[in-house]
Amino acid sequence: MEQKKFIIRQISIFSENKPGRLAAIAKALQEEGINILAFSIAEADGFGVVRALVDKPQKAFEKLSGIGFNVAFTDVIAVQMKDIPGGLYEIARILGDGKINIEYSYAYSGRDAAVLILRVDDVGAAISVITKGGGTLLESSMFQ
Amino acid sequence: MPREDIRRLQYRLLKTLVYRLYSFSPFYHNRMRSAGVHPDDIRSLEDIRKLPFMVKNDLRDHYPDKIFVAGQEDLIRYHVSSGTTGKPTVVGYTQNDLNNWTASLARGLVSCGLGRGDVLQVSYGYGLFTGGLGLHYGAERIGVTVLPTSVGNTERQIELMQDLHTTAIACTPSYLLHIGEEAEKMGVSIRNDTNLRIGILGAEPWSDNMKARIEEWLGIKAYDIYGTSELSGPMFCECTEQNGFHVWADLAYVEVLDPETGEQLPPGEQGEMVITMLQKEALPMVRFRSGDITSYDDDVCGCGRTHPRVHRISGRVDDMLIIRGINVFPSQVEYTLMTVPEVGQHFMIEVDRRGALDDMQVKVEVRKESFSDKITDLMAIRKNVEHRLRNALNVAVNVELVEPGSLPRFEGKAKRVIDRRKI
Repeated sequence: MEQKKFIIRQISIFSENKPGRLAAIAKALQEEGINILAFSIAEADGFGVVRALVDKPQKAFEKLSGIGFNVAFTDVIAVQMKDIPGGLYEIARILGDGKINIEYSYAYSGRDAAVLILRVDDVGAAISVITKGGGTLLESSMFQ
Repeated sequence: MPREDIRRLQYRLLKTLVYRLYSFSPFYHNRMRSAGVHPDDIRSLEDIRKLPFMVKNDLRDHYPDKIFVAGQEDLIRYHVSSGTTGKPTVVGYTQNDLNNWTASLARGLVSCGLGRGDVLQVSYGYGLFTGGLGLHYGAERIGVTVLPTSVGNTERQIELMQDLHTTAIACTPSYLLHIGEEAEKMGVSIRNDTNLRIGILGAEPWSDNMKARIEEWLGIKAYDIYGTSELSGPMFCECTEQNGFHVWADLAYVEVLDPETGEQLPPGEQGEMVITMLQKEALPMVRFRSGDITSYDDDVCGCGRTHPRVHRISGRVDDMLIIRGINVFPSQVEYTLMTVPEVGQHFMIEVDRRGALDDMQVKVEVRKESFSDKITDLMAIRKNVEHRLRNALNVAVNVELVEPGSLPRFEGKAKRVIDRRKI
């Protein structure tokens, strides 16, 4: 499938909400020479989920599982945004009009443009909607 | 009653009890046979120590009513409490059992100064738990006006206490402290703005400090009350001397044993309280190991009564916890967690006292297979575990999800409880 190249494997790590946990994760990734391209922390009462795009997801998964973390892969997509007012609206409108529900999202402002990472309920449909709507999806090869 | 007459009466009741059990209770008959004891071997009150023990698990193992000695048609009441594992324990009462239970509490309430003209607010739970209904009947018997508020809705409890001029309250000591705190938030001083003068407090361990604090702060007298569902329910209450609860000798025979050796300990020494109910019909309890650590005295009390006195419970021989007056065993938590595939079998129980109330937290590990990237899924797992624990324990529990492998592993005897309460 043509769509496949746009699907990015994000790693999600279960973490207790207490000092030192993020450091433990980051240290493990450093030891393996893994680069973190984007990441976010979602927090609930007493625990959280660390989500990250890394350059070597399989290696990261093995390393973190090996030291006892609960790790899972999740498929996400990355959309390029114009780094100007209205940039987010443009993408959000396309998804809204296409009836795609965003489960969660995080963004970073890169050198050339801003990037929006999206976890949606239907990845395939989201890719078609964004492509048709004129949005620019980033290929997973750019990250991994 | 002179001490010698009491002992003679106890011996006669014991003898009758043992013959009755040997003849009509297959359970206790077998237990006596395996212990090599025959009713004829009981020739004095001291011979009670030849009789085999009964324990909490005997009720669970014979769920629901297999060790009852009365048929269902002779029962007029059931009560149910949670057992040491997932299975509850059922107790049953004949009319005589209920009469004796009521009379025991009536005598206890009179001994601490309650009577006609008093209003007793019963803030123990009504229903399957024995506390509410037990005190209710006992108080009515002596002409006390009962206000059956049951547990919870503290604001309403305080309003009713003022409006109906409550003079005495029966509840756990920690709940009374909570009532005191809530009252102050409402601008009500229990000491100055209510007629409360007596607290009948029990169902959980409490200390001299806590008693002093309650009496001083709330301006009342605090009396200890003791019982377990196996004995019928709340059963024995302190007299105005406040020097241990009287165990009515015509209803019960109390021993304090070294929990290790089973040896009888003399008055004043701490050990496990073992109780024989001398007159129970539906569910006789012989040498029931309460698991409660305490000491007893059998000199004549300052109030003139000759019945032995047992002091406030200072601890447990097993790992039973008492959370807001409800018995909780770590084994119940373990059993419940086994029914939830999303979490592992390792757990830790942490107990704190927030304000005046107990707060129980259970930490569990999320299994790798059930880890989801979605926070809502994880929250749902936690809610599910909380819900199941609440149903199994009858106590609200906060569940915390922790990383796999982060809880301590035990070799040999597990210590899965951290109790930080200071009482």
